[in-house]
Amino acid sequence: MTLTKSGRTGRRRPGPEGEAMPVGITQSRRSRILVLIGLVLFALYSVAPVWWLIVSATKDQQGLLYSNGLWFEDFHFFDNVQTVIEYNDGIFLRWTFNSVLYAGAGAFLCTLVSVAAGYALSRYSFPGRNLGLGVVIGSFLLPQALLTMPLYLLFSKIGLTDTAWGVLIPFVINPFMVYLAKVYADGAIPAELLEAARMDGASEIRIFFQVVLRLMTTGSATIFLLSFVGNWNNFFLPLTMLRGEDKWPLSIGLYFWNAQRTDSEIDLTTLVLTGALLSVIPLALIMLAMQRYWKSGVTLGSLK
Amino acid sequence: MSTTTADKTAAGAEGPGSRTPGPRRSGLSSPSRGARRRRRHAFRGAGFAVPFFLGFLFTFVAPLAYALYQSFFNIESSGLGIGTQKEVFVGFDNFTRGLQDSDFWSGTIRVLLFACVQIPIMLGLALTMALLLDGAARRTANRYRLAFLVPYMIPGIVAALMWLYIYSPRLGPLTDGLGAVGIEADFYSSALIWISMGNLLTWIHMGFNMLIIYGALQAVPRELFDAARVDGASELRIALSVKVPYVRGALVLTGMLSIIATLQLFNEPLLFRTTAPETVNKSWTPTLAIYNQAFDSNNYHYAAALSVILALVAGGASFLFYKLTNRAQP
Repeated sequence: MTLTKSGRTGRRRPGPEGEAMPVGITQSRRSRILVLIGLVLFALYSVAPVWWLIVSATKDQQGLLYSNGLWFEDFHFFDNVQTVIEYNDGIFLRWTFNSVLYAGAGAFLCTLVSVAAGYALSRYSFPGRNLGLGVVIGSFLLPQALLTMPLYLLFSKIGLTDTAWGVLIPFVINPFMVYLAKVYADGAIPAELLEAARMDGASEIRIFFQVVLRLMTTGSATIFLLSFVGNWNNFFLPLTMLRGEDKWPLSIGLYFWNAQRTDSEIDLTTLVLTGALLSVIPLALIMLAMQRYWKSGVTLGSLK
Repeated sequence: MSTTTADKTAAGAEGPGSRTPGPRRSGLSSPSRGARRRRRHAFRGAGFAVPFFLGFLFTFVAPLAYALYQSFFNIESSGLGIGTQKEVFVGFDNFTRGLQDSDFWSGTIRVLLFACVQIPIMLGLALTMALLLDGAARRTANRYRLAFLVPYMIPGIVAALMWLYIYSPRLGPLTDGLGAVGIEADFYSSALIWISMGNLLTWIHMGFNMLIIYGALQAVPRELFDAARVDGASELRIALSVKVPYVRGALVLTGMLSIIATLQLFNEPLLFRTTAPETVNKSWTPTLAIYNQAFDSNNYHYAAALSVILALVAGGASFLFYKLTNRAQP
C-alpha cells in the first residue's frame, strides 16, 4: 500500500505541478518525502486496530489464541456470523432492529423538531427569542452524561424507564442540532422569498413544508446523519434506562456479552468480536455514503 | 455574535412588508393593520419552536429540577433491614457529604489531571495530521484523510471493546509483540492503565479533531504561504508560524469539547472494569462514581446530589476556559 502511494506521487512529480501542488510553488523533495512518511504512519495507526478486528472475526477460538493476530488463519467468518445470529434465539438480530429503530426514528424526529425550531429562531423575531437562543447554546455545553441520572430519576417516577420511549424522547431533543439548524437557516433561506410567499397568501405552515424544508435539504440531511450516528453510538442512556434484554440496542448487548464472557460455560470471545465487527458495518456504510454531509456539518460546527 | 447578525436579517425580513402596506388581497391598508399582521407572523413563527422547547422543558429543565429536589431527601428505613422505608427531608446533608466525599473528588481530580496530559497530546497529533494533509497534494490528501477518519466511523463502545482485546495478554498482539523485543508490559496494571486509556481515547477522538482543524486550515488564504515561500521560509517554518496561528480558534473549540468529554468519561472505564476491576475501581471517574452510587448502592438521592455538584464543576470549568481563551484573543 505504501509503495503504490509513494509511487504515484513520484510519477506525478515530473508532470505539470498545477494539480499536484495546489500552492503553485514546488516544495523541496525532502519535505515532500517527510510529509508522506508522516501520513503513512498516522494511517497505519488509524487503520491497524480495525484490521486486527477484521482478521480476528475470521478465526475460531483456537485460531484466536494460537495464531498471528495480524494475519488470517483458517477462514471461519461465516461460521462465526452464523453463531452470532443464532445465539440465544437470535437476540443479536433483535438488538440490531432496536438500534436501527432508536437511531432511525430518533434521528428523524430530531431533524423535524430541530429544523422547525432553528427556522423559527433564525427567521422570526418573537418575544423570548434571544432567551431561547441563549438557552440552546448554553445547554449544549452541559455534559450529556450528567443529564442521564436526573432523566432516569424523572422517567422512573412517571414509568418511562425500561420502555423504548425512555431512550427515544431524549434522542429527539438535542440543542446542538437546533443550533446547527439555525446556522443553516441563516444561510439558506432568503427573507425575500418568505415575504413573496406570504404576499401570495401562503400560510406559515405551508411555507414551512413547501419552501423552507426544500431549501434546507442539505442542512436536514446533515442533522439527520449526525443525530443518527450519535444515537447509534450512545451507550450511557440505554444502559441506565433499559433493563430488559429484548429492548437493548447493539452497544448494550455487546457490552453484556463481553461481561458474560468469563463466567458463562462457553467462551463468548468470538461472539463479541464478530458481533462488534457486524455492528460497525451499517454505520460505516451510511457514513461513507453521506460523507459530504457530515464533513460540512463538522466544519459548520466549528464556525461558531 | 450570531445573535446580532440574526437580528439584522430578521429585521430585513420585515423591511419589504413595512414598505408595501398590507397584503395584496386586502384592498385597505393602514399602518396598524400591517403591524398587527407582522406580530401575527412573529407568533406563528414562535409556534415552530414550540415542539422543541416543550421537549426541552421535559427532558432538560424538569429532570434537573427534579434531581435538585430529590437531592434534599434521603431514604431512611425504620427498624432492621426489612422495615418500611420512607423519604425524609435532610436539607443539604447530601451536598455536604458530596463535598467531603474523598473518593468522588479524587476521581474528579484524577480525570482533570488526565485531561491536562491527554488532551494536549491528542490535539498535537490531530494538528500534525491536519498539517501533513495540508502539505500533501490534494489527491493524496483525500485518500489519507479517509484512512484517518476510520476511527471516527467506529462506534465508541466497539472501539473500546476492540482495544480491550488488543491489550489483552492472552489474545492481543501487543503483549506478544513487546515481549519479543524484551519488554514485559501489562496494559491493565495500575502503572500502565493511564497509557492504555490515553491511547484508546486518542485513537477514538483524533480523527474528529483533525477534521475540525483541517477544515479551519483549508480556509486560510493560500497566497499567504506563497508569500512566505518567496521570502525563503521553509515548509516547517510556514506550518508553525503561518498555519498554526490561523487554526487557533479551531484548537480552542476542540480543546473545550475535549474537556467536557473527558469530565464525563464513563464507557471506557466501565469496560476496563470488566477486565481489571482492581485497578479501575468503582469511583475511578466521577461519572462512574455517580452510576455506581445509583445502581450499585441504590443511593439515588446521593447520586442526584453528586450529579448537581459535577454539573456545577463542568459548568465552571467550561466558563473559565471560555473566559480565558476569549480574553486572550486579539
